Amino acid sequence: MSKSNKPIVWGTFAAGGTVTAFVMPVLMLLTLLAGLGAVPQGLSYATLHGYASHWLGKLVIFAILFLSLWSSAHRLRITFYDFGVRADTLVATIVYLAAAAGTVASVIFLVRI
Amino acid sequence: MSQRVVELEVLRYNPETDSEPHFQRYSVSCEDEWVVLDALNRVKETIDPTLSYRWSCHMAVCGSCGMMINGEPKLGCKSFLRDYEGVIRVEPLAHFPIERDLVTVIDDFIGKLKRVKPYLIPKHEKPLTEGEYLQTPAELKKFKQYTMCINCMLCYAACPEYGLIPKFIGPAAISLAHRYNQDSRDGGRDERQEEIATTEGVWECSFTGACSEVCPEHVDPASALQQVKIKSTVDWYTEHLMPWVKK
Amino acid sequence: MGEEMSRRPYVREIPRHSWFFRHPRYMRYMTREITCIFIGAYTLLLLVGLQRLSQGEAAYESFLQVLREPAIIAFHVAALALAVYHTVTWFNVTPKALPLQVGEEFVPNAVIAGAHYVGWVLLSALVLVGAGVF
Repeated sequence: MSKSNKPIVWGTFAAGGTVTAFVMPVLMLLTLLAGLGAVPQGLSYATLHGYASHWLGKLVIFAILFLSLWSSAHRLRITFYDFGVRADTLVATIVYLAAAAGTVASVIFLVRI
Repeated sequence: MSQRVVELEVLRYNPETDSEPHFQRYSVSCEDEWVVLDALNRVKETIDPTLSYRWSCHMAVCGSCGMMINGEPKLGCKSFLRDYEGVIRVEPLAHFPIERDLVTVIDDFIGKLKRVKPYLIPKHEKPLTEGEYLQTPAELKKFKQYTMCINCMLCYAACPEYGLIPKFIGPAAISLAHRYNQDSRDGGRDERQEEIATTEGVWECSFTGACSEVCPEHVDPASALQQVKIKSTVDWYTEHLMPWVKK
Repeated sequence: MGEEMSRRPYVREIPRHSWFFRHPRYMRYMTREITCIFIGAYTLLLLVGLQRLSQGEAAYESFLQVLREPAIIAFHVAALALAVYHTVTWFNVTPKALPLQVGEEFVPNAVIAGAHYVGWVLLSALVLVGAGVF
């Protein structure tokens, strides 16, 4: 029996779970407010674009997206398993590929700003 | 001291005559302060001597009388009749094959206990002339709660991952490995990691937490498993990214 | 007697797709697990927003318009509730995974979890103030 390689994805899961626990509710509140018609100043194009143009802004945005993508993907893999979908390798491949695609996409978008 | 008539609905299974388990109802008069184990004993003594179940100490230290009581993994000796209303459903501990009546096949668990090497593996040979191991209260506290496990297997009955994936080493065995890993006298962590840092080791755990909820000794196996995951993850990155570092 | 008892252990199958309905603690666990679907979906929404941001003001404004769709608002409400559930369940178990021994005693779970809650509230307040909500 050899030691598992799960630590690779579990590390990001643990970090991502922590980060999403801290930031997701308030982010959702911001976009919800925007949807209700009261767009917060921080979500205006000028402000947000300015924030995302700065290297620190890019880093923070990337970190949140990266960690959230990978922790959600990992948890989704386990959730499928718990719902009785036993094809773990297939599910893992799909979710992690999706997270990887999202990661690449976020880099591309951030570079463009 | 007063009595009440308790209705027990017990899952019976005789491997020599039954193709499937079936429920049997018993009406037994019990003292108010009794536990389910007492009720079972009275059934066996006065109504049906064929009823089979494990028990021993009757005080929650031996871990023998684990069973499902109204669908919850409990010790028969720690389940007070006064806490139950109506018919009490008694079944063998979940996630284990039924040997006979309430007796389960526990070979899988025993095998897993052995695999995790639940004994001190000293860092180096220490002859008697060197005297005893010294341990501070702080060092003892690091692993003390994980020594309280009585091997009752309630955690295995509660763990959905063990139920779905029988090869999962499981809460109690991994917590016991953690108990020794945390012991300052021990040097066998690497050996135990070969067993518990595998897919069927700690990585099958999804932190449901049911194990800790049902543990009668407050061992909190879930916490042990998460700590093992963190240490295993640190190990993994150290081994793969910095292989020159000796642990 | 010479009679050998025949062993024929009976294996009770676990229903693969409905085991979690058996007990409230499993339902709570599954609720916690499915928070990832909503947090994941929201992350994709943010990703789309980031793309629109990189495409210029007009594209970003149309993204803000999409946020006003009733379906998106309904999604937000559900996602927010589940995100908070994720936060609470995560903070409550953090002390178990990361016990802190100071001297002989361990820092109580409530203190470690409490510190997370305080940090969360402070951070959220900071973000809201910084975003101009207050």
